[in-house]
Amino acid sequence: MVNLTINGRIVQAKEGEMLLTVLRREKIDVPALCHHEAVEPFGACRLCTVEITKEDWNGYSNYVTSCLYPVEEGLIVSTHSPKVNELRKTILDLFLARHPNSPEIRQLAADYGVFKTSYETVVDGNNCILCAICTRICDTMGFHAISTVGRGHGKEVAPPLHQVPPDCVGCLACALNCPTHYIEYTFDNNYLTIWDKKFELMVCSRCGKKTITKEFAEYLSKHRDIPFSYFEICDECHRKELAATMGQITSWEREA
Amino acid sequence: MHLDNPQQLIDWHDKIIAKQKKIKKKILVCCGPGCLANGAQDIIDKFKTVLKEKKISGFTVEALKETGCHGFCEQGPLVVMEPKGLYYTKVKVKDVEDIIEQSIKNDKIIDRLLYNDPQTDKKIERYQDIKFYSHQKKVVLNNLGNINQCNIEDYIANDGYQALSKVITSMSPQKVIDTITKSGLRGRGGAGFPTGRKWATCRKVESDTHYVICNGDEGDPGAFMDRALMEGDPFSVLEGMTIAAFAVGAKQGYIYVREEYPLAVVNLQKAIEIANEKGLLGDNILGTDFSFNIKISRGAGAFVCGESSALMKSVAGEVGEPRAKYVRSVVKGLYDRPTVLNNVETFANVPIIIRKGASWYQKIGTPKNSGTKAFSLVGKVRNTGLIEVAMGTTLREIIYDIGGGIIDDRPFKAVQTGGPSGGCLPASKLDLPVDFDSLNEAGSMMGSGGMIVMDDLTCMVDVAKYFLGFLVNESCGKCVPCREGLYQLHALTVKVSEGKAEEADLEKMEKLSEMVIIGSLCGLGKSGPNPLLSTIKYFRDEYMAHIRDKRCPAGVCRALITYKITDACTGCMACIAPCPTNAITGKKNEMHVIDQELCTKCGACFAVCRYDAILVS
Ligand SMILES: Cc1cc2nc3c(=O)[nH]c(=O)nc-3n(C[C@H](O)[C@H](O)[C@H](O)COP(=O)(O)O)c2cc1C
Ligand code: FES
Repeated sequence: MVNLTINGRIVQAKEGEMLLTVLRREKIDVPALCHHEAVEPFGACRLCTVEITKEDWNGYSNYVTSCLYPVEEGLIVSTHSPKVNELRKTILDLFLARHPNSPEIRQLAADYGVFKTSYETVVDGNNCILCAICTRICDTMGFHAISTVGRGHGKEVAPPLHQVPPDCVGCLACALNCPTHYIEYTFDNNYLTIWDKKFELMVCSRCGKKTITKEFAEYLSKHRDIPFSYFEICDECHRKELAATMGQITSWEREA
Repeated sequence: MHLDNPQQLIDWHDKIIAKQKKIKKKILVCCGPGCLANGAQDIIDKFKTVLKEKKISGFTVEALKETGCHGFCEQGPLVVMEPKGLYYTKVKVKDVEDIIEQSIKNDKIIDRLLYNDPQTDKKIERYQDIKFYSHQKKVVLNNLGNINQCNIEDYIANDGYQALSKVITSMSPQKVIDTITKSGLRGRGGAGFPTGRKWATCRKVESDTHYVICNGDEGDPGAFMDRALMEGDPFSVLEGMTIAAFAVGAKQGYIYVREEYPLAVVNLQKAIEIANEKGLLGDNILGTDFSFNIKISRGAGAFVCGESSALMKSVAGEVGEPRAKYVRSVVKGLYDRPTVLNNVETFANVPIIIRKGASWYQKIGTPKNSGTKAFSLVGKVRNTGLIEVAMGTTLREIIYDIGGGIIDDRPFKAVQTGGPSGGCLPASKLDLPVDFDSLNEAGSMMGSGGMIVMDDLTCMVDVAKYFLGFLVNESCGKCVPCREGLYQLHALTVKVSEGKAEEADLEKMEKLSEMVIIGSLCGLGKSGPNPLLSTIKYFRDEYMAHIRDKRCPAGVCRALITYKITDACTGCMACIAPCPTNAITGKKNEMHVIDQELCTKCGACFAVCRYDAILVS
């Protein structure tokens, strides 16, 4: 255990734990757009930046992203110092210039008192904030179907060569975790379309409801050792079946 | 021959020296990038054929050296004749027979090939007397103009591999680190981090493997010091890396070379093979139980890949994006193992320090900045090229003594150092000693050694705009302050250059710059605003002229200038055809006019007018 001071309060944390984890546990509100529990910290949005110092730093302080900073004994943290607030405001102001139509960005910026960007609005600015949560989650899932491509201001998230991604199984993890809901997908009868790829959905053999894509079911059954037949029944029907089974077991126990 | 013990290296050295002593005269043909581009290869070939045909007594093809860059590229192709140091410039294939007949056989000087000093208009015979050379201090570039590029015998004749032998036979790893620390060597890749301290930290980290990496990415636009070293003296880089590996306990090393340097890759590869064959690299070096291998890793040609953490990712085959360095790469670097990363020039200094001793090295330069630094001197100076000076040499000495002053004797305006991470310094800083600390303090940076000299026809807003534009494309695009912040800073400089900015924009740029500096993830963003901030600091009036008076004093920013034809016009019609928009009209022998509506201010007319009749205002 290490002791650190956060905004004047002494807090204990596990050695090596990331500072943002501690801040979240202590219910200190620090914004973060590129952080996601499912993936390694990334440090791209810089919103979680805090000011740190130590007794023996002679008044010198440093600005670090809390998502990536491992806590140490004696660390003194300010999460809302004037410079930190100014940095967050500037970042949100820059975001607003690039993504003026994103409701999530507008809300967060407004929370920090930024209602209109003071910079030049970027023509063609879409709602992708390049936090790369989608690509990192896709990698974690084991698909590597999409990635960031290019560099500089023209960087974007895309499937390889901007073609229909061969490795995508339509799991939707990217779209459902996108903080600005930028990744589009559509359900149409028995089909799901995402990244311009059309997937047939499985149909529950009990109730006829649509479930996950066939490709996703095949992947899970192959790589996670789950019998394919498990996916031929939807979650609800699995639960109903579970209730029936449990009832049966109870009645056997009573008889015994 | 494989060297199985240090004694065999000594014997081999003595043998080579005895052999080379017989060569009384040498012809050194520069085969650096500049001279090759101007036909040095044909000159070499011609020398070879003529020497074979003519059979001059006491003179064989062995006396002909295909050397690395001599530095004075703009005078190339260069041919130097030792021992006298006779120096021929702009040599052509047709001069070769003359050189052999007159200068080799009969010791006569060919006047037309001599260098003409533009300041005194006098011909100079020996290169030692040329100011471009006489004010330099060659330490790390010393081999470049003197030895055959990939010839290990030449390298050994010039005391090559003595340092490695000394290290292996008589020094402990700690002693090596102490020597480097005592020498005061600081990293030549830009930041000037003490090399000895870096090695010491790496050595202390316990791990199954340590790595040594050489940074040959050299991304600064216009810089070519590292290229010249990798191409012209590859063994010195290998020897330096091998000594580093001995010091930190590494078995594997990598040289990261940018894709645009194919000859560097070829020469390094050749040198690695030769060193392996001779037992100076690979398993059981010089018969000891110390082993070290080097592989070449080819860069993707991105500026950001020169940044240490991005480079290591790139070597490992991942996308070259920097990561936060709260855990440093000397502790957790390539493949999460402790890694020493140094610049090409840093490594090339190492064998020299070991051989000549830390105290010797320390005496060069200034107390906190020992040794020398190589620069590529470019821009509006008379003499451009690759140079090396002792640390602490002033900007004035570099620009006026070595560089020969500003072209056409125009006024000096600024000098840019450190590439996109550096800044522009004005005339008032000409007496600044060039070292890591002084440049930082003045708001610029050493960088890897680019030095661009600017005259009064350069607009500082335009310079800031250029570097920001470069970085907007070259940022890895991962973190927001760098990706979006630099984009907006660039947009603001465009606004200034178009005369559309207000005074408040200047403050906005300064504030945003500060946020980009504290908020960015890696060194690219953290130093990216430097060109802007330094020009605002030293050339605020010029920004104000654009903002308040809607005027570009240097006559560069297109939106703010007009081209007019004055009555000096003779009506020669030379400017009419080059105008891409047909904006110029006029009859022969009558004064021409420019239609301001059609004029795109491309400057084509200005460039062709022989009567100075076109006025930019
Ligand atoms: C954006 C960026 C680009 C860089 N490019 C280079 C480069 O081209 N060559 C180089 O040696 N160092 C470069 N560096 C510095 C390296 O990160 C690193 O500090 C250096 O290679 C360490 O070697 P040294 O201690 O010998 O200088 C760059 C740094 C940044 C932030
Ligand atoms: S959460 Fe985005 S930088 Fe830390």
